[in-house]
Amino acid sequence: MNLHEYQAKALFAEFGIPVPRGRAAASAAEAEVAARELGGERWVVKAQVHAGGRGKAGGVKLANSAEETAAHAEAMLGTRLVTRQSGHAGLPVDTVYVEAASSIQRELYMSALVDRARERVIVMASAAGGMDIEEVAASTPEKILTAAIHPAVGVSPWQCRQLGYGLGLDAGQIRELADIIGKVVTLFHRCDASLVEINPLIVDGDGHVVALDAKIDIEDSALFRQQRYEGWRDEGQEDPSERDAREHGLNYVSLDGNIACMVNGAGLAMATMDIIKLHGGEPANFLDVGGGATAQRVAQAFRIILGNPNVKAILVNIFGGIVRCDLIAEGILTAVKDIGVTVPVVVRLEGTNVRKGRQLLAGSGLAVVPASDLRSAAEKVVGLARGQDT
Amino acid sequence: MSILVGAETRVISQGMTGRQGLFHTGQCLEYGTRVVAGVTPGRGGEEHLGLPVYDTMQEAVAATGAEVSMVFVPAAFAGDAILEAAASGVELVVCITEGVPVLDMVKVKAALAGTGCRLIGPNCPGIITPGACKLGIMPGFIHRPGSVGIISRSGTLTYEAVWQTTNAGLGQSTCIGIGGDPIRGLNFIDCLELFEADPGTRGIILVGEIGGGDEEAAAEYIQDRVSKPVVAYIAGVTAPPGKRMGHAGAIISAGSGTAQAKFEALEEAGVTTVRSPAMLGSAIAEALD
Repeated sequence: MNLHEYQAKALFAEFGIPVPRGRAAASAAEAEVAARELGGERWVVKAQVHAGGRGKAGGVKLANSAEETAAHAEAMLGTRLVTRQSGHAGLPVDTVYVEAASSIQRELYMSALVDRARERVIVMASAAGGMDIEEVAASTPEKILTAAIHPAVGVSPWQCRQLGYGLGLDAGQIRELADIIGKVVTLFHRCDASLVEINPLIVDGDGHVVALDAKIDIEDSALFRQQRYEGWRDEGQEDPSERDAREHGLNYVSLDGNIACMVNGAGLAMATMDIIKLHGGEPANFLDVGGGATAQRVAQAFRIILGNPNVKAILVNIFGGIVRCDLIAEGILTAVKDIGVTVPVVVRLEGTNVRKGRQLLAGSGLAVVPASDLRSAAEKVVGLARGQDT
Repeated sequence: MSILVGAETRVISQGMTGRQGLFHTGQCLEYGTRVVAGVTPGRGGEEHLGLPVYDTMQEAVAATGAEVSMVFVPAAFAGDAILEAAASGVELVVCITEGVPVLDMVKVKAALAGTGCRLIGPNCPGIITPGACKLGIMPGFIHRPGSVGIISRSGTLTYEAVWQTTNAGLGQSTCIGIGGDPIRGLNFIDCLELFEADPGTRGIILVGEIGGGDEEAAAEYIQDRVSKPVVAYIAGVTAPPGKRMGHAGAIISAGSGTAQAKFEALEEAGVTTVRSPAMLGSAIAEALD
């Protein structure tokens, strides 16, 4: 789950990580008040969306007066911001963050994340701050410094020194950096983060190290013990179908194609998308109904799939192990009848009681096409999506 | 022959009295697995499925001498259950539980280092030596004793590979679902090493998916150390970057972990790859012909 910058900065402040003074605003009037109350002469107005690349997309503006702050907020609020990470539809700007402008000597990069290969939390830092860090990592990996944190030892002073000297900081700044690293790693653990990113981490005009941006992702698997952040969720930033699916315990990701799929198990669901593509079709989604694949879940899955107007055909691929195929077939038929599915549905069932399941489908009189194996299922659904009989 | 588990393996089921634990432990018993006890704190002294239940792993191991535990404990307590199992002296812990927080696994892996206790999972279907020992949630009937070793990060996709090798008449020596989480116990390389050394395994199927670099590491290992034929498939060619595809570990991040890169690494290492998951059975049959 992603947090907004203003939420992440509130957490930074709680943990004692230095950030510029700022305030969230949901209207131009609120933005103007925020600017006056923050004081100073220059402010930055930042669109609050769950995507990077806001600056280049016009989502970060400098204002020289409280009125100009209000004008920038007015122009951003209620629009959709399209950045290189947002997808072409963009993301809605419902909140802006008004911040006292900082003077900047240097722009650095810092993040904490879990390194899969090392099986540790690592801290990454780079002198190439303010840029797309993925590009830096790809073109000049030597510019990225890392420190792996042993869970029993925690952050060691030598690791902070090594990063600090590597970034070319002076002794005072290295002490400030060490303090920030310690607090970021503490926050990472306390909040069950999967990512804490500061880009840029600046050396300001007075030579102090300050977090100018803040990005925090909370690990979904740990939300059961991070209830506080569940209330910080901004549903407006999420794909409505993906949110709907999550609320029904389904894993759904929307894609650009026209062949929907419904599969039990994440690996088989990906493999089903791949085999559709391999046979010349384009998958419309990833959907894992889970190991159980009960009648209710199947019905919910059909409803979500059919919310996508591009869908021309559906492939249901269930490997019934513990769950019997005849029960799954009944669930599919009930859902197809109740929901009024109008596009062709190809069903491939395998596993326990498969013969009975296939008989039920074949004798239903509905537009359900049984398939006996994965390959023929893919061929059939690709043909049907093109409007050909199979 | 087989790896890690066989007909003699004695098993304790942690979390056996829960709904999932009770159902799947029952299925394992029905398959013929020698489950000898359950452990649920606070339920010691009860009997379920005809088995004694203990409060702690220490008591259960002392009473039964079991070598292996399988974990059905809910995600919030699964990391602790794995550590309890390791401390009790079992050689292998199989954690089925899905949704264990990654930071719990970071601690668990650091604590297990050097103990000699092996971990499979979490978020996995488990391990099965057909006809001898089923430890996990896979449907037993699709398996058949035979000569193919199967290693996979997925559950139902493993069943697909199993079913195809059963239908091809080859059967399986042992099948291991290593799990879909980013930080897990046994990895491809650990399993490859065991299968290579197992005289009952003639060929190996490796089923990977997007995310991380474990398939690439496996490719290098196969090139250097594995003499038996390996057939590999990677799920997620069509997965968009930056999106988590069901499994916590199935995500292409910063352009790395793509299916394409994994296929290429395996092919460069001389591994036979199939682009269609429907071809796994026929490809391994051909390789063993």
